Amino acid sequence: MVATQAASASPAPHSPPATTKVSARKVNLWYGEKQALFDVELDVYENEVTAFIGPSGCGKSTFLRCLNRMNDTIAICRIQGDIRLDGQDIYDKGIDVVQLRARVGMVFQKPNPFPKSIYDNVAYGPRIHGLAANKAELDEIVETSLRGAALWNEVADRLDQPGLGLSGGQQQRLCIARAIAVSPEVILMDEPCSALDPIATAHVEELIEELRDRYTIIIVTHNMQQAARVSQRTAFFHLGKLIELSPTDRIFTSPEHQMTQDYITGRFG
Amino acid sequence: MQDPNEAMQRRHTVSSFDQELTDLTNQIVQMGAHAERQIALALKALVERDDELAEQVIEGDKAVDRLEEEIDQHAIRMLATRQPMAVDLRVIAMSLKLSNDLERISDYAKSIAKRSRRLSSAPQLKPLVTIPHMASLVQAMLKDVLDAYIDRNAEKAMEVWHRDQAVDDQYNSLFRELITFILEDPRTTSTAIDLLFVAKNVERMGDHATNIAEKIHYMVHGVQINRPRSGQP
Amino acid sequence: MIDAEDFPGTRGVDPNWATSDAAQARLRRRRAADRRLWALGIGAVAIAMGLLLILLGSIVTASWTAWTQTSIRLDVTIPADKVNPEDPFRARYGSFVDQSLADLFPLIDTPAGERELRSMVSNGSQFFVRDAVVADPALIGRTFSIWVPAADPIDQLHKGVIDRDLPANRRNVNDAQIDIYDQLVDEGRLQSTFNWTLFTAADSRFPELAGLQGALWGSFYLLLVCFLISFPTGIAAAIYLEEFAPKNRFTDIIEVNINNLAAVPSIVFGLLGLAVFLQVFGLPRSAPLVGGMVLSLMTLPTIIIATRAALKQVPPSIREAALGIGASRLQTVTHHVLPLAMPGILTGTIIGLAQALGEAAPLLLIGMNAFITAAPDSMLSPSTALPTQIFIWFDSPERGFVARTSAAILVLLGFLVVMNATAVFLRQRFQIKW
Repeated sequence: MVATQAASASPAPHSPPATTKVSARKVNLWYGEKQALFDVELDVYENEVTAFIGPSGCGKSTFLRCLNRMNDTIAICRIQGDIRLDGQDIYDKGIDVVQLRARVGMVFQKPNPFPKSIYDNVAYGPRIHGLAANKAELDEIVETSLRGAALWNEVADRLDQPGLGLSGGQQQRLCIARAIAVSPEVILMDEPCSALDPIATAHVEELIEELRDRYTIIIVTHNMQQAARVSQRTAFFHLGKLIELSPTDRIFTSPEHQMTQDYITGRFG
Repeated sequence: MQDPNEAMQRRHTVSSFDQELTDLTNQIVQMGAHAERQIALALKALVERDDELAEQVIEGDKAVDRLEEEIDQHAIRMLATRQPMAVDLRVIAMSLKLSNDLERISDYAKSIAKRSRRLSSAPQLKPLVTIPHMASLVQAMLKDVLDAYIDRNAEKAMEVWHRDQAVDDQYNSLFRELITFILEDPRTTSTAIDLLFVAKNVERMGDHATNIAEKIHYMVHGVQINRPRSGQP
Repeated sequence: MIDAEDFPGTRGVDPNWATSDAAQARLRRRRAADRRLWALGIGAVAIAMGLLLILLGSIVTASWTAWTQTSIRLDVTIPADKVNPEDPFRARYGSFVDQSLADLFPLIDTPAGERELRSMVSNGSQFFVRDAVVADPALIGRTFSIWVPAADPIDQLHKGVIDRDLPANRRNVNDAQIDIYDQLVDEGRLQSTFNWTLFTAADSRFPELAGLQGALWGSFYLLLVCFLISFPTGIAAAIYLEEFAPKNRFTDIIEVNINNLAAVPSIVFGLLGLAVFLQVFGLPRSAPLVGGMVLSLMTLPTIIIATRAALKQVPPSIREAALGIGASRLQTVTHHVLPLAMPGILTGTIIGLAQALGEAAPLLLIGMNAFITAAPDSMLSPSTALPTQIFIWFDSPERGFVARTSAAILVLLGFLVVMNATAVFLRQRFQIKW
């Protein structure tokens, strides 16, 4: 068996000179007594899609939620280490978590639009952050966001209808529109397609490809083909440790670690 | 670095996938055995001037072609249904290329058999020594490389890869020898050229055996080897 | 024929076990057991429904006579010299009523006979005459017809509650009264109309004059106070516990206590109200304010528990969605969670208030069973409430209060049904399907 050391994930050779957007160093996390993350260290590059894969309970979602401090809402959760966004420690006392979450948006596993109209779903973020001075500006933000989420053509004539009336794939794109309405820098996606059918999944994947130009995207997925399709780099987590972070084409043809190989070829356990 | 053999020997959660991979390996091995036999028979036909045997080799090539088709279809079906990753992907993709190499080897054997029919009616230029020797080298290479394939042993494959140099050297010396024949007595030109082509075919078989060795190396380690070894005309 | 060898996992099991006799017998037993359970359930429901019907039936039949009131038509003469048109309120209207009765029956001239005569109409009759004169001073100096309530025994006699064929010593209407009654009926001076007094009048010693108005207003004020205190407090407490409080020993203790509070007998809250609100704070007795405060103690745990349940029903994904785009926790709660939980909260609140409406025990302890003949005009004036009014009437000896007690119970039940129906409606109408 190969010795597993989280730190051994080598920063793989990367062709264009990439800017580091998010960097994590020695991140440890506990739920009560149970340690869920062990010395996770990785860098996420700007305008890239980074995929997190790994078996259930491997800590990939937990780590994702550290990046916009969603774990703060869990009382028994304790985190240690250093996570930086543009070089700034996001767990610093001076950081306002509300502002952080506006900069690091999130899309969840199950499409979760608010039980409000399509318009209000997208407008909610800009409203609470005061991004629009008047109705016209707000209208524009809503339209831009819906266009950005490739949903505008489908919903332009029914913005006042409830968001829950859309199909699953449309709902998820609405959630993406809602996330990009506050102009985040990073978008975290926690298994965004796991509740969708293949066609809807294809729409979302196509969208992720487009969004990459403007945002840095981190996506957790159970679907390895999806990770292979949408991401530039892939990180494999196992039992709370980062096993390997490599360019995606590399990890799916010849991964460096035995465990990664076993996982992606279906030889686990 | 991981141990690649361990990776391939560990079983898949879906056991039918393992079965399909084993079947694919067996098909390649079977095809390899066919190709080996084609070489042996073609050389025997050449040396013993046996037209009937030559005919048998030409006929036997069809079976190899059929096997190639079967392997290709099996591999493509696995690509579609299993969506293989990493080592599995490499095994399946390389089996597609291996079948192609083996098919080419069998083609060369067929081509030798065709020439042996012409050569059998012509007077013997000189005792056939070099060509059978080359052929036995290539045959051994093919056998060993197939063993390496079965064992998923990249080192053994690379050892075969290095042996191709000997075949090339033999070919080069035979080339010079036959040119000398032609220069001394132009009437031997036709026979000499036929022999030259046969030798060339054997040399190409060796090249395909090295191709297979390279593919086994990639299949096992996931990295292409550089090709510093050349010298082929 | 399937061979067991084909199924390694089922080796040793007869592949045809499902069609064997033993299996059939087992199946029959299982079906019989299902049927028994079904019959048991239906039986239980039938018993429950039957008891409910008996309860309702007995109350309705017992209340039957309370819905009508017998009145007697009198021709009252208002002598101009005995009433001051400037101040028609003060005059001896009782004597005018007595006089009109005497005029009807000139043959009765013994003091005893006159007493029987006076006992035919309600003691409150003079007030009806007075009110008529005050409303129309032009009546002074004239004779006019007016319907006044019959006295309770006559009312009961007219409705047949008192059996005239009983021996005289076993009925509280004597033979002389029956004679007068018969004569009045013959003259067409008796009628039975819907008993509006039940709703327009406050309490009285005389059943024919007693009504629920005081109790209704009292209960209204009670619920108002109770709602104003327990609704905001309950929601705030529930939101804190559900959304903000850390999960530790301390909050666990609070939670257990709230749940226990809901199970505390209501009379204990009454004792608390008596000891704290009346004796320590010196608030007035019998006031709806104090009653409402006591009831809110009772309603509070119900509302907290219902609100927490409603908050729990809001999917966590909504909270995550709001937090994920940078809403603060307060914004998440006020913009999303609370509006979505509101139907459930209102349902719980209404049910809690309905409980409070039906509660008598704590109110008895703070003196809301006092005899009060006027509807309260503020939260601090003494008052009764529906359940305590029922209690008072139930305790009264007059025959007429028996039916009125049941009528009051029906009124209370009516309010409870309306409130619970509103709760059900809210739940159905505004429930969001996820």
